[in-house]
Amino acid sequence: MAVIHDMMAAFELFQPTSLDDALGLLGKHGDDAMVLAGGLDSMDWLKDRIRRPRYVVDLGAIEGLRGVKASGDGVEIGAMTTLTEVVRNPLLKEKFGVLLEGAEKAASPQIRNQGTLGGNLSQDARCWYYRAGWSCYRAGGNICYADTPTAINREHAIFDADRCVAVNPSDTAPALIALDAKMVLRSSGGERVVDAQNYFIGPGTDIMKMTVLQPGELLVAVRIPGTWAGAEFYVEKVADRKVWDFPLVNIASAMKTSGTTIERMRIAVNAVAARPMRLEAVEAFVAGKPRNEATANAAGELAVAGAVPLTHNAYKIPMMRNLVKRAIRGGDNAWASTS
Amino acid sequence: MGIDFLTRGISPWGQSIFTHISWDLLWVSIFAGIAFLAAHSVYMLLSAHKARAGAEVDALEAKLKGLPEKIQRHSLAARMFHWIMAASMLTLLVTSFLPILGIRFAWVEWHWMAGLVLAATIVYHIIHATFFMDFWSIWVGPKDIPELKSELMRELGQDIGGPKSAKYPLGNRLYHMAIVVTGIGATITGLVMMKKVQTPFFTRDPYILADTTWGWMYVGHGVAGVALVGLVMAHIYFAIRPEKLWLTKSMLFGYITRRQYLEHHDPTRWRVTGSDPVGGRPSE
Repeated sequence: MAVIHDMMAAFELFQPTSLDDALGLLGKHGDDAMVLAGGLDSMDWLKDRIRRPRYVVDLGAIEGLRGVKASGDGVEIGAMTTLTEVVRNPLLKEKFGVLLEGAEKAASPQIRNQGTLGGNLSQDARCWYYRAGWSCYRAGGNICYADTPTAINREHAIFDADRCVAVNPSDTAPALIALDAKMVLRSSGGERVVDAQNYFIGPGTDIMKMTVLQPGELLVAVRIPGTWAGAEFYVEKVADRKVWDFPLVNIASAMKTSGTTIERMRIAVNAVAARPMRLEAVEAFVAGKPRNEATANAAGELAVAGAVPLTHNAYKIPMMRNLVKRAIRGGDNAWASTS
Repeated sequence: MGIDFLTRGISPWGQSIFTHISWDLLWVSIFAGIAFLAAHSVYMLLSAHKARAGAEVDALEAKLKGLPEKIQRHSLAARMFHWIMAASMLTLLVTSFLPILGIRFAWVEWHWMAGLVLAATIVYHIIHATFFMDFWSIWVGPKDIPELKSELMRELGQDIGGPKSAKYPLGNRLYHMAIVVTGIGATITGLVMMKKVQTPFFTRDPYILADTTWGWMYVGHGVAGVALVGLVMAHIYFAIRPEKLWLTKSMLFGYITRRQYLEHHDPTRWRVTGSDPVGGRPSE
């Protein structure tokens, strides 16, 4: 059956104005409910009629989920804060420019006006075999059409492929991992806080999900501690187009230096695996090392150890290696804090 | 609202295909296993059980002079096979069904590695049983009908002198048959399915079979898998039942005592070196 791109199938739409009401609805309807944030991921599923939820819970009217506020020496960002609001926020610009930069690289201005931080973090995989509605592993089937001898898999995973080879497409996730952010999740049963890197899961853990969110649970806020405020940041995204495109590989890092020595660093890449990867081996390696070409080269090699390319994406290995080198060197894409 | 036994998907050519079994069947298997355990436990409270009477055993012991005190029931090789197979089977069940029950972890590598261990133990067991053991002693056939009849009559409380079991009790052999079917079914389908996951052994290629064939492969693997859940539950239950502990101990230590041999077995059907035969031919 051809995919239909005209009208959505019918569903019952809820537009709660409070978080408690939204959680009540999600708790009541569980797997039957779809959460709608900015709609830039959800609407594709609905209009293609690949997902036909019985209920849609639109979070757009919940003011409590919007905005950026200071929290101790860090900040807390509501999950429904748009990417444009993130990009324009002076507090973020002052302390956590890496997130601002990452958010600004997402899609296009129009999409950033509508897309939310929570949606950008929680969006589904963009593998076209999956999005076309085929019965692949991620859709509950028993095959990965992207990993066959004849598949077109130029944009797919080079790490941790476990049956499914789709990648996480988020532009903001690496920045938040680099900042050691915490994700605040809430359900009608209470609240839990998980580290940004643990918010995302790979297919080995659950092949049909990208995050740890359970049915009835919402990402309500992102908390960024002050640990890396004002650090030297690096953000770079390689994509086929300058705007309105998903990353082939993107990278974000936060570094603290003492003279020419790297004191410590947090670094994460995305679009190379089904979850954004924090490069802990690289972080451990560079700590205490001089910030020079030799360190950058060795770190780049370390970063790609264990990468397994598919038929058409071996280019991602040198690309990732070079991005790691560039993050350590700094340079044109380094974000100099205004503070 | 009924249970959907199989799940379907759409192939790229628009065909409706099976993708795997419904995981509701896991609950069916668990429920059936628990129901069987409960029913059997209650039955065993009421059953007139079936070991030979003490006086009869004494008489046999006097007649079968030269029987050793410890009689080997399982060789070290057979016991090693059993426990390695058990470990791999439990690993397979845990790695396949805990994620379905909501406990998330990276299970696939553990699963196929345990599957390879299971496949290796099965191959080993087939060779060992064929060339180094009494191959037919574990199988069930028409020759077992008299034993079945006698066991049923004994269970119903009748004191009859029909045949006792040979080396392996009838229930044991029926269980073995079920495990052979489900275990080999799960193993063969699992080995084929390894062509779809990344392993160091070969290039992943899901196109070796058509979507429909893959669907049946997954259905077969799933059906065997959920059946094994119930079968393993029953096996563990029998292994820890008080009246069966002598059998469990024999799988640990390799031997049973002379009294246990005479209480539960027919010396004409399971001849032990050193015994004087009771009769000239098997009682069946």
